[in-house]
Amino acid sequence: MESINDQKNYKKNIKAYHPKTNYFINCLKAFLVGGFICFLGQCIESFYLAVTNFNEKTVGNPTVATLILISSLLTGFGVYDKIGQFAGAGSLIPVTGFANSITSAALEHKSEGIVLGIATNLFKLAGAVIVFGVVSAAVFGIIRLTINNLLG
Amino acid sequence: MEFLWAFVIGGLICVVGQLLLDLFKLTPAHVIVSFVVIGAFLDSFGLYDKLIEFAGAGATIPITSFGHSLLHGAMAEADQHGYIGIAIGTFSLTSAGITSAILFGFLVALIFKPKG
Repeated sequence: MESINDQKNYKKNIKAYHPKTNYFINCLKAFLVGGFICFLGQCIESFYLAVTNFNEKTVGNPTVATLILISSLLTGFGVYDKIGQFAGAGSLIPVTGFANSITSAALEHKSEGIVLGIATNLFKLAGAVIVFGVVSAAVFGIIRLTINNLLG
Repeated sequence: MEFLWAFVIGGLICVVGQLLLDLFKLTPAHVIVSFVVIGAFLDSFGLYDKLIEFAGAGATIPITSFGHSLLHGAMAEADQHGYIGIAIGTFSLTSAGITSAILFGFLVALIFKPKG
């Protein structure tokens, strides 16, 4: 008889003991929380459009900065990680997730000091986003510019 | 109405991310990185600008808009300065987001104690 600890079939055998992923509930949670954060962003945007002299094109700057401030503070209070456990991608994909990854990495390494702990680890998780963002922007930018130049 | 579309489109973008996490077993870092690259790619045909016009914050708040802004700023400078403009302009539109993320992240890490 096949043993359950058989190394060859380990992955197959443990499958039955894995908690089942409920795709629908996870997606619903991500939709509601992610949608709510974007709704909140729209509220902040409308507020800045009405109160300050930012226009449609520039209003994204203060809106994103405000959301990042809120998210950093929530991370400091330990609330954002709880939201993250509930919402999955719903709190990961909005820009608040980017701020959360920076703040939580910095907090986690605080004990190693301000320079070696906080400052060096700030971009531990968010660095990948910036690297791939810049590299892809450069690649797509060069391709587009070359095509534009060739077409005259 | 713009509030409803911001909610729906923003929510749907997050659902795509959740499906990548659950179905394809990608790590969160891989999902975010893919979204940034997709955002930059969509800017190439002006598609993302149309989405922003339609959904407002529903398109500017998800991380896809980071990739879009990087390329958008790069292309704006490239129109004037050619290839070197790509290097000049890449961060011009995302400066507020990155600066505030570093500043607030640093200050919060200074003030708060790590939890758990």
